[in-house]
Amino acid sequence: MDWQGQKIAEQLMQIMLIVFAVVAFSVGYVMGSFQMMIQIYAGGVVLTTLVTVPNWPWFNRYFLQWLDPSEAEKHPKPQIQPVNSKKKSVKK
Amino acid sequence: MHSFGYRANALLTFSVTILALMCAMASLSDNLNSPSPTSQIQILNINWFQKQPHGNDEVSLTMNITADLQSLFTWNTKQVFVFVAAEYETPKNSLNQVSLWDAIIPTKEHANFWIQTANKYRFVDQGSNLRGKEFNLTLHWHVMPKTGKMFADKIVMSGYRLPEEYR
Repeated sequence: MDWQGQKIAEQLMQIMLIVFAVVAFSVGYVMGSFQMMIQIYAGGVVLTTLVTVPNWPWFNRYFLQWLDPSEAEKHPKPQIQPVNSKKKSVKK
Repeated sequence: MHSFGYRANALLTFSVTILALMCAMASLSDNLNSPSPTSQIQILNINWFQKQPHGNDEVSLTMNITADLQSLFTWNTKQVFVFVAAEYETPKNSLNQVSLWDAIIPTKEHANFWIQTANKYRFVDQGSNLRGKEFNLTLHWHVMPKTGKMFADKIVMSGYRLPEEYR
């Protein structure tokens, strides 16, 4: 998953679980059935798992082009110069 | 959220936390219930009343217990445990409570009941103080929830008296 997808997955998971919990509690309370509350919530958890946990393609729309390792070696990371303690600026 | 295991773990812990909150709310909703139970106990017969070899008095009685405990049941009730206790005072103890009968009521439909029975548990005193003793019969109940807090209360019925002499 890309970064955007991860954020969407997390938010979607939290919202879906909370919505299912509220619906389950309300229906269970009104119907007077604890069993019904647990069943609706369990169904909600399974559905949320199926939607948010596997690596679906819609989570990967902002696809990042990771550099090939050989390509990365051609552009080495800049070395940080040892800083003189009195100077505040850092040389790149 | 970068891997399958990470997301699965996050989902699992979040869903279980929410489940705990739902159960807490279900238990709190029990406080909204205002129960109005009724009960009556009639002593039909004193079967026998003896002093045991060790010096303790023992009574056997037949009671007619009626109760309507339907208003105690909520959506979060698993069962109601009900018992009848005889309460009286002696010189040695300021309060004696002797359990005579109990039952488990599994559903609301069973909660409006009538039973004629001898005492299920022995009514034995610590000593021989029961002749002519005035006592109360209390119906106690424990409302056992599916999740959360258990409520217990009782109805006290007074005006019962044991015979003056052994039979």
